[in-house]
Amino acid sequence: MIETKQIKFSYDNQVFFNFPDINLKNGENLLIIGNSGIGKTTLLHILSGLIKSNCGSIKLFGKEITKFSSFQLDEFRRNNIGIVFQKPHFINSLTVKENLQLAQYIANKNNDELIENVLKNLNILNKSNKMTNELSQGEKQRVSIALSIANSPKLILADEPTSSLDDDNCSDVIKLLKKQATDYGAQLIVITHDNRLKKHFKKSLEL
Amino acid sequence: MNIFRLSIKNIFDKPLRSLITVILLALGIGIISLLLQLNSLVKDQMENNLKGIDMVVGAKGSPLQLILSSVYHIDSPTGNISLHEAEKISKNKMVKSSIKLLYGDNHKGFRIVGTEKKLIELYKGSIIEGREWNKPYEVIVGSKVSDKLNINLGDDLVSSHGLRETGQSHSKKSFKVVGLLKPSNSVLDQLIITPPESIWDIHSSDDHKNGEHEHEHEHEHENENKEITAMLIKFKSPMNIIQFPRQINENTNLQAAVPSYEISRLFKLFGFGIKTLTYLAYLIIIVSGFSLFINLFNSMNDKKYEMAFLRTIGASKFQLSKMIIFESLILTLSGFIVGVLFSRFGVMFVSFLIDKNINYNLETIKILNQEYWFFGLAILIGLIASLIPMIQVYKMNISKILADE
Repeated sequence: MIETKQIKFSYDNQVFFNFPDINLKNGENLLIIGNSGIGKTTLLHILSGLIKSNCGSIKLFGKEITKFSSFQLDEFRRNNIGIVFQKPHFINSLTVKENLQLAQYIANKNNDELIENVLKNLNILNKSNKMTNELSQGEKQRVSIALSIANSPKLILADEPTSSLDDDNCSDVIKLLKKQATDYGAQLIVITHDNRLKKHFKKSLEL
Repeated sequence: MNIFRLSIKNIFDKPLRSLITVILLALGIGIISLLLQLNSLVKDQMENNLKGIDMVVGAKGSPLQLILSSVYHIDSPTGNISLHEAEKISKNKMVKSSIKLLYGDNHKGFRIVGTEKKLIELYKGSIIEGREWNKPYEVIVGSKVSDKLNINLGDDLVSSHGLRETGQSHSKKSFKVVGLLKPSNSVLDQLIITPPESIWDIHSSDDHKNGEHEHEHEHEHENENKEITAMLIKFKSPMNIIQFPRQINENTNLQAAVPSYEISRLFKLFGFGIKTLTYLAYLIIIVSGFSLFINLFNSMNDKKYEMAFLRTIGASKFQLSKMIIFESLILTLSGFIVGVLFSRFGVMFVSFLIDKNINYNLETIKILNQEYWFFGLAILIGLIASLIPMIQVYKMNISKILADE
């Protein structure tokens, strides 16, 4: 259950955002679509607890996260949320596998089987001992997806995962993302300006 | 995978940067520790050899030279004095005991000293093999000499004139080894000792080659003409140390020097140099602290996306701080360990040089109290250098960093 009501946010009292309410039942995915500058990334950061909204309520899996302290938000995030960024981020001094192990360590988990499984599903198992800067763009994108799943989250938030990809790859990545989310029992919210993704989602929301 | 391993991976990810920090800190701590070690070793060794000697009497000249030559056996003597005059002093009622010293010869660079058996007692030495001497030309050999030159009981040693190996050799007479000494960790270890008569005899027989006709004449004045190099004196009461040496210096043509006074003067001179070097080393430690800080600060900037990423996967600010502190402490403690090792090798090297050049031995390596302080200092530097990067972690705006890319 994901439920938001009347979320508002402003940067330095200059830019104001009013976000539409979100209502998702268990197992439902959502596409949030909107043009640049309309606050897409801001909404994603609010949903993941990286920043706090000025007002409104956010209920994730029965928890009202707007009432959480920053420490509780960290804890909630590490146990429940995986994020896929537009531009993948890693710890560069670690290998692919070590990055995934670190993500699990932070979430107090230790499941090498899951890591192997995810890497196999994403077809990058042979890259597990590579340093992240040795990977191609496409491989980085897949590792980024793997990282969002490593802590077995209930919700995966993806920020423009396909904007820099051609049509074929775009379709591949979004299918992959949806399949991983379903396979590992997570709900998926994709935030994008990419209209090509509309056909992949039953439910969508315009900003 | 855990935070500690992440810190280690981060350190090895920037090997040069990390290396510079470690080297600077190691250099600073190493230099100070080496200076302290050497200072304490030299002091211990010098004081150890000073025990039981209140005053040294010898020929006029530099008092420090007299002490260095007759107590530490590392400089040339100031000259000879008449035995007759020296004995007058040793019979003074303030004197508890005295030991004659006669120089003039060496065997392969080790000094042959004409002296009395009391010298062995003075340094708490003991004969490990053989016996004491009974007649002239018998010698007892210090442990280091016998070790280095592989001397055994019954060997004949040829002496050369002078205190260095290059001297002309006395070919006619040789010394017979009758005793070997146990190591006493004092100057005794590097001496070859023999009764005074051996030295008097070897030199007078050398003189005879030049002027045989003076032979008769010499025997008549035997005691008056005999000379010694120096005399070590112990007083009955420590109070005598103030007055008696001055009396000798003013009223006779002998020189009296007080070892403890001369050595503390020497250390004052040393001390100045050591202090300057110590300040320099502290400066290096401070620079290393800055280097560590800049290192951490720069890597904070390089790694701000990584930090933000860690936060998005749920790492707490506390965990990120831990990562920074671990990195910092691993570097400073490595610096400390390398520095201490460096100082130990330094001591071994200096000890080797001293041993080789002036046959002097420094005692083995120990841990000084100050070195525990350096351990604390290393940790302190590590904590201080990571303070500002840690504050940055707490002030970090993840959302902004991620949106800015």
